[in-house]
Amino acid sequence: MADPDATQLQRLGLHALHLSLGARMVPFAGYQMPVQYPAGVMAEHLHTRASAGLFDVSHMGQVILRPRQGLPALALSLEALVPADMLGLGAGRQRYGLFTDETGGILDDLMIANRGDHLLLVVNAACKATDLAHLRAHLGEAAEVEEITDRALLALQGPAAETALVRLVPGAAAMRFMDVAVLPWQGAEVWLSRSGYTGEDGFEISLPADAAQAFAEALLAMPEVAPAGLGARDSLRLEAGLPLYGHDIDRSTTPAEAGLGWSIPKVRRTGGARAGGFPGAGRILAELAAGAARQHVGLRPGGRAPMREGTVLYAGNTAIGAVTSGGFGPSLGAPVSMGYVSVAHAAPGTALTGAVRGKALPVAVAALPFITTRYQR
Amino acid sequence: MKYTEDHEWLRVEGDLVVVGITEHAATQLGDVVFIELPEVEAMVAQGEEVVVIESVKAASDILAPVDGEIVAVNDRLADKPGLVNEDPTGAAWMFKMRVDDLSVLDDFMDEDEYNELIG
Repeated sequence: MADPDATQLQRLGLHALHLSLGARMVPFAGYQMPVQYPAGVMAEHLHTRASAGLFDVSHMGQVILRPRQGLPALALSLEALVPADMLGLGAGRQRYGLFTDETGGILDDLMIANRGDHLLLVVNAACKATDLAHLRAHLGEAAEVEEITDRALLALQGPAAETALVRLVPGAAAMRFMDVAVLPWQGAEVWLSRSGYTGEDGFEISLPADAAQAFAEALLAMPEVAPAGLGARDSLRLEAGLPLYGHDIDRSTTPAEAGLGWSIPKVRRTGGARAGGFPGAGRILAELAAGAARQHVGLRPGGRAPMREGTVLYAGNTAIGAVTSGGFGPSLGAPVSMGYVSVAHAAPGTALTGAVRGKALPVAVAALPFITTRYQR
Repeated sequence: MKYTEDHEWLRVEGDLVVVGITEHAATQLGDVVFIELPEVEAMVAQGEEVVVIESVKAASDILAPVDGEIVAVNDRLADKPGLVNEDPTGAAWMFKMRVDDLSVLDDFMDEDEYNELIG
């Protein structure tokens, strides 16, 4: 390709495998990433819901926090950055959390795993550098912050994910949703979590870069498994009602607005034993108690036209919000969107319009997720 | 068949010009999920946006290749937008135009020239 930017983009370890599978590569967060394979986004999406899709998400940041003064001290230090119960996170378990800023906005969303004597974080690719700086600036005393750059990250998602994975890693069968484990495969150390970004059961699989291609090929050789790209990952997470950083959530959105208050337990809220103490706690806790002025909601366009990010939403002639993620939901066979609306218009069923190419098209507020999730709790 | 730089094909049918998108364009777009067609009897100018195609990834505009009147649109695409991927140069024709002078088509690429463009 003659794209001058292509030289600035980093290639991930499985680049050659993607090309051999016929992937179309696109720039994403500074990396060349497979957006789709020859089957296409629709087929990859439907295959993941019906069987199992294999995604390369090696662009995401993997960060180890090694405690300098014991894991409880590290957990408490991390609670000063993340409004979640880090102290109560047991060994072998993972939790979803947010880095917040002083105004109550969201710096990133991430997964935090307790691996016995240290924590493993998985953060968004586009936020990786700022997250590392943030951690180093604030955890200096409590932890050594180590970015993992020699491991690939795969996601195997779908109802057949367990069936496929246990042929390579039998111990995966004993895991339930949000468990993490370190298990062997052909002499390599495989870091597993039973989680994902599709609404399906599945696993995220970190393994040494030099073992990743053979592992991926072993999975792809199984009849249940097909490769799936970023396009399908986006439509799957949209149907599952999962927010995308930089679109549904960012520094201008708060946890309560984003519907992510569930990640902030009682112990960190007003009246809790470790209430507040994280950036933006004043606004965030007040909004969780009293409600936010706007709410992130599901949206079902009435016609077939997708309502994409930026579509302005109206109640009558008054603009009351905008779409932050939108596209076509292959499993629903219809367009789906998510966005922010003022709280008076946030109830499921509320009839609104969206301005698409100068026309006011009908759209209804809908409950999230759009599909029934199948996490193996 | 003639081709535009915007990856449309143009086929003469009697005194009308039938317009669709090429297989190359359909492949690049990916799975098409929605098509908005122009109004029949609309007078359009060359370069005007006349069709919106939404794929699973993004929205794209199709431009009027020449000046003229839209005399027919392919209503099947409203219910079966996926025809654009299955049969872009046949069943998924998009609209038919009446033009003053069919010789305007002489300016467009033939198949060899188009293949060179996308080569």
